[in-house]
Amino acid sequence: MESLPASFIGMGLAATGLGGAGIGLGYMFGKAIEAFARQPSAEGQLSKYVWIGAAFVEAIALYGLVLAFIIMGKG
Amino acid sequence: MNFSFVAEAYAETAQTVATTAPKMDPLHHFQVINYLKITPFGFDMSISNSVLWMWIVVGVVYGLFRLAMRNPTLVPGRLQSVAEAGYLFVQGMIHDIIGPSGKKFFPAIFTLFFFVLFSNWTGLIPGSFTVTSQLIVTGTLALIIFALSIVLGAYHHGWKFLGFFVPHGLPPALLPLMVPIEIISFLARPVSLSVRLFANMTAGHTVLGVLFFFTATLTWAVAWLPFGFTVVFTAMEIFIGFIQAYIFTILTCVYINDSIHMH
Repeated sequence: MESLPASFIGMGLAATGLGGAGIGLGYMFGKAIEAFARQPSAEGQLSKYVWIGAAFVEAIALYGLVLAFIIMGKG
Repeated sequence: MNFSFVAEAYAETAQTVATTAPKMDPLHHFQVINYLKITPFGFDMSISNSVLWMWIVVGVVYGLFRLAMRNPTLVPGRLQSVAEAGYLFVQGMIHDIIGPSGKKFFPAIFTLFFFVLFSNWTGLIPGSFTVTSQLIVTGTLALIIFALSIVLGAYHHGWKFLGFFVPHGLPPALLPLMVPIEIISFLARPVSLSVRLFANMTAGHTVLGVLFFFTATLTWAVAWLPFGFTVVFTAMEIFIGFIQAYIFTILTCVYINDSIHMH
């Protein structure tokens, strides 16, 4: 295969990692809202951990972006 | 009648549009440009825009705290409240994670937090350079923290620090499986620490670059849409810049705590 089209396909495949991060974010915020609904007074303590977790999950998706950049440099 | 001149004019217009149309280049503002070439003994110590903006960040943080604590009062004014809130924030973080023995790391962690935070935020000024969008910068910071955690572990525990790789309460049959996993996860720490910050900054600014490109090149009838998104995304970037600086610092605290107190 030609290297340029192959690198484009690879960059697209690297973007599929976003799906996992989407599942993770949805699961986490859903669970967090569930927890707040059960115990509204704990919202202040829990929301801190929710935001830290959100940043961690987002970073996983961004590793895909880094991979795409690496492939773009090679293509 | 001969209408070929229409086709010719059309082709000519198409060609001019193709050659003069603005080209999307969202990675342009991550380019490191050397202003002053300094290479003593083969080492590249050139003054680039990255170096310049690092100095600006250090100057801004230093100036802010100098100005805030110029004549401190018992009842703080506005700027002094900001400085004290930052101090208490980092102090609380160290106390929660490392405990009282983390007090001697306060100056280093405080400096690290405000350097990363202001690098992230000054990068949002149009025309500026985001220092933390370079893997070499975040990688250097992460490797310094990694080396510090190893040295601290060796200093506090000596050879017993190798017990860090053996989880407690594990059946001996599982040791050949778990010890390599623990070693790999330990070695992956500086990689994940540096790539997380670098990728967040690069991705956010790339998205902003794409949106600004659409705003600048589309007609006004549709340009309001990407323009509105740039406003939302800039707010989002301010938030992400803070969260990433917070995570970078909190993980530094966790690594130092692991070295001092082991599991």
